[in-house]
Amino acid sequence: MNAIWALLLKDLKVFFRDRRALLMAFAAPILLGAFMGFLFNGKDHEASKIPVLLVDQDQSPLSIKLAVGLGSDKALELRPSEAAVVRQEIRKGRAVAALLLPKGFGDSATRNFFQSGTKPTLILLVDPSRATEATMLRGLLAQHTMEVVSAEVFGGPSGLSMLKENAEAADQNPNINPAARKALKDLYGNVATLNETGATKGNGAPGMKLPYELKEEEVTAKVGVRYNGYAHSFAGMGVQFILFMGIEGGMALLVLRRSALWKRLRTAPIGRHSILVARILSSAVIAAVLMLGIFAVARMVFGVRIQGSFPGFLLITAAFALFTGAFGLLIAALGRTPEATRGLAILATLVMVMLGGAWVPAFVFPPWLQKFTLVFPTRWALDGLDAMTWRGLGFQASLAPAAVLIGFALVLGVVAWARFPFEENS
Amino acid sequence: MLDVLKIEKAFGTRKAVDGLSLQLRPGEILGLLGPNGAGKTTTVAMIAGLLIPDAGEVRIQGRKIQGDQDPLKRQLGLVPQDMALYEDLTAEENLTLFGALYGLGGKDLEAAKVRVLESVGLHDRRKDSVATYSGGMKRRLNLAVALLHDPALLILDEPTVGVDPQSRNAIFETLEALRAAGKALLYTTHYMEEAERLCDRIVIMDSGRMLAEDTLGGLLTRLPVANVLCVDFDSELTLSAFDGLETEACVSSLTFTRGRLRVGLQDLCLDVPRVLQKLADRGLRWSHLECERSSLENVFLALTGRSLRDA
Ligand SMILES: Nc1ncnc2c1ncn2[C@@H]1O[C@H](COP(=O)(O)OP(=O)(O)OP(=O)(O)O)[C@@H](O)[C@H]1O
Ligand SMILES: [Mg+2]
Repeated sequence: MNAIWALLLKDLKVFFRDRRALLMAFAAPILLGAFMGFLFNGKDHEASKIPVLLVDQDQSPLSIKLAVGLGSDKALELRPSEAAVVRQEIRKGRAVAALLLPKGFGDSATRNFFQSGTKPTLILLVDPSRATEATMLRGLLAQHTMEVVSAEVFGGPSGLSMLKENAEAADQNPNINPAARKALKDLYGNVATLNETGATKGNGAPGMKLPYELKEEEVTAKVGVRYNGYAHSFAGMGVQFILFMGIEGGMALLVLRRSALWKRLRTAPIGRHSILVARILSSAVIAAVLMLGIFAVARMVFGVRIQGSFPGFLLITAAFALFTGAFGLLIAALGRTPEATRGLAILATLVMVMLGGAWVPAFVFPPWLQKFTLVFPTRWALDGLDAMTWRGLGFQASLAPAAVLIGFALVLGVVAWARFPFEENS
Repeated sequence: MLDVLKIEKAFGTRKAVDGLSLQLRPGEILGLLGPNGAGKTTTVAMIAGLLIPDAGEVRIQGRKIQGDQDPLKRQLGLVPQDMALYEDLTAEENLTLFGALYGLGGKDLEAAKVRVLESVGLHDRRKDSVATYSGGMKRRLNLAVALLHDPALLILDEPTVGVDPQSRNAIFETLEALRAAGKALLYTTHYMEEAERLCDRIVIMDSGRMLAEDTLGGLLTRLPVANVLCVDFDSELTLSAFDGLETEACVSSLTFTRGRLRVGLQDLCLDVPRVLQKLADRGLRWSHLECERSSLENVFLALTGRSLRDA
C-alpha cells in the first residue's frame, strides 16, 4: 500500500510539475470545446438567416407583395438579384437559393386559386450542400405565397375580376350538375361581395393566414433551461484530451518497462501489482482533475451548468477516469516500440471519440449508428455527461453509464494485467 | 553472503551465461571482468532475481529469493548499468520514493538520505532535478539510491562508465568504505585498471563462461611472463639482428615490431642485466628502455588469445 502510494504521488508530482504540458492538457480541450460549442450552440444559430436571392421578372402587385412578405420573414435574408448572376452567386456560396418569379406569375397565381388551370412555374435554384435550409425555404415560400394570393382574392382588384370570370366559366361549363353550379356561383359571388365591401379589411389584412400561433420550447433540463452546445462540446473535448493524457500515462509505463528504472523497481521488495495499480490510479486522478477543471472553466466562461445530479456527474467522471487509467495500462501492456504504439493509440482514440459523439453529438447520427456506437465506452461517457449537464437528469441516469465505464475499465485492466511483460525475458 | 551455482541462461539459441559459479563473502569486493557481451549484465540480472536462470541457482544468505515481496530482497542493492533515476524529480525525491519502496520513512529515511548524499558528494545539489545533473553526477546518484536501504550485498554493473577520474575516485572511495563496513560487493566492469585497483578477487569471463578466478596476484603468477623488458632502437634493424637471443635460458618470449624489442623475463633483477649485456655484445645501441609489469590485459590475452579492448 505504501509502495502504491509513493509511486502514485511520484506520478502526480511529475505530471503537475510540468507546467507547459499541464497548460496544454487544459488549454487544448477548452479551446476546441469553446470553438465547437460556438458552432453547435442553438442560440447562435438563430442569428444566421438563410440568404436567398429573388429575381422578380413579373413586377406585378402580387409579386411585389410576395417579395415584401418573404423579406419580412425572420428566417430569411432576401436580396433582389438578376437572373444572369444568380447561379454564379450560389456557386460561390453567397446565397443558399434563388427564387425566380416569371412574367405573368401574379395573374395566373390568382387565377388558379380556386381551380386548377395552367399554373405558373416558379424556379428555385438551390445549393445542394445546404439541403436543410432549402427545405425550410420551400415551406416558407408556400406559406407566403398562399398569404399574398389569398389576400388578393379576398381584397384585390385582380381577385375581383378573376371571381367574375370564374362565375361565368361555371355558368358555361356543361359538365357541372345544376346544384353544384349554383353552389359554385354563390361561393364566387359571396367572395366577390366580401372583396368589394372590403369587410375583411376591417379585421386587418384580408386573405388567409396560418390558423395557429406556434410557441416553441426546447425540452432540456428544466422549464426555462436552454440547450447549451458548450455543455456537450466541453464534455466531448474533455473526453478526447483526457484519453490522450491516458495514452501518455501508458507510454510512460511502456518506456519505464524498457528502462533500467524497471530493474530497480523490480529488485525492491514490492508486489508487481503495485507498479500497475499505481499507474492506473495516478492516471485516473489526473483524468478526474482535468475533467473537473475543464467543466469549471466551462461554467465560469460559458455558463455550462450541471443541471442534473451533481453526485451523478462526479460518479461518471470517476468511472471515466478509471477507464482512462485502464486504457493507458492496456496500451503499455500490448505496445511494442513507443513511437508505433503512440500513433496507433491516438488513432484508436480518435475513432472512439468520433463514434462516441465527441465531435458531433450522437443524437444527430442515423439510428443504426446510434445503436452501433453503444459498443464504445466513449459513447457512454458522453451520454452520461450530457445527461448530467444539459439534459438535467437525476442520479439514477448516471448509474448505467458509470457501470458500463467501470465494466470496460475492469475488462481492460484484467487483459492488461494478463498480458503485461513483467519478466525480463518475455 | 552470495553463492552462485552453475547458472545458465540462453536467449534463443545463444547462451549468454553458461555454467557460471561464484562466491562472495562479507567485506570483499569481487570483480566480474569481461568484454562486451561476455554475459556480465545477464549474470547480474539473475543474481538480482530479475531473470530466472535456465539452470543452476543463486543463494543470498543461504537461500533463494521467493516472490516479489521476499524480505530477502532488502539485503540486496542493485546499481544497474544504465541510469535508473526519475529525471523529472530531484535527487531527494528519487531517494524518498525508493526509500518508501523499501519501507523506509520518517527519521530513518531522512538520516539515510543525508548519509548516502554525503557519501557520493551530492548533498548540496539534492534539491535540483536530476535532469540538470552531469553524467558523472547521475552515476553517483545511481549508486546512492542503491545504498539507501543499507544492503548487505551490493551489485554494481559497470558503475563508472562515462565518469571523469575525479568522480570515479569518489565512487571508489565510497565502495572501499563499504567494504571496510563489511558489505559484500560484486563489481562488474570491462576496465582492467578498475578491477586491479579495487577488487580482492577477480572473475574473468568471456562468452558466458568463467575463464579464471583468483586474486590479482594469483592471476598474474599464472602468466608465463611476469615482466616485459622493452628496448627501442633508432637504427634500421630486423628480427635477424636478435637471432639466438630467444634460446637464452632467461628469455621466455621475444618479439620485435616497429623498432621495439619486447623480451619476456621471469626475474627482473637477474635477467635484465644479462639481456642488456647480450645486446651490447652485438654492438646494438638502444635509444630508450622501459619495463612493463604484466597486467590483467596480459592475463586476458593469455586466456583468450584476444585483447580485452578488442574483444
Ligand atoms: N534480452 C536479451 N535478449 C536477447 N539476447 C540478449 C538479451 N540480453 C542479453 N543478450 C545477449 O546475451 C549476451 C550477453 O549480454 P550481456 O548484456 O549480459 O553482456 P555484458 O557482459 O553485460 O556486456 P556489456 O559489457 O556490453 O554490458 C549478448 O550476446 C547479448 O546479445
Ligand atoms: Mg552489461
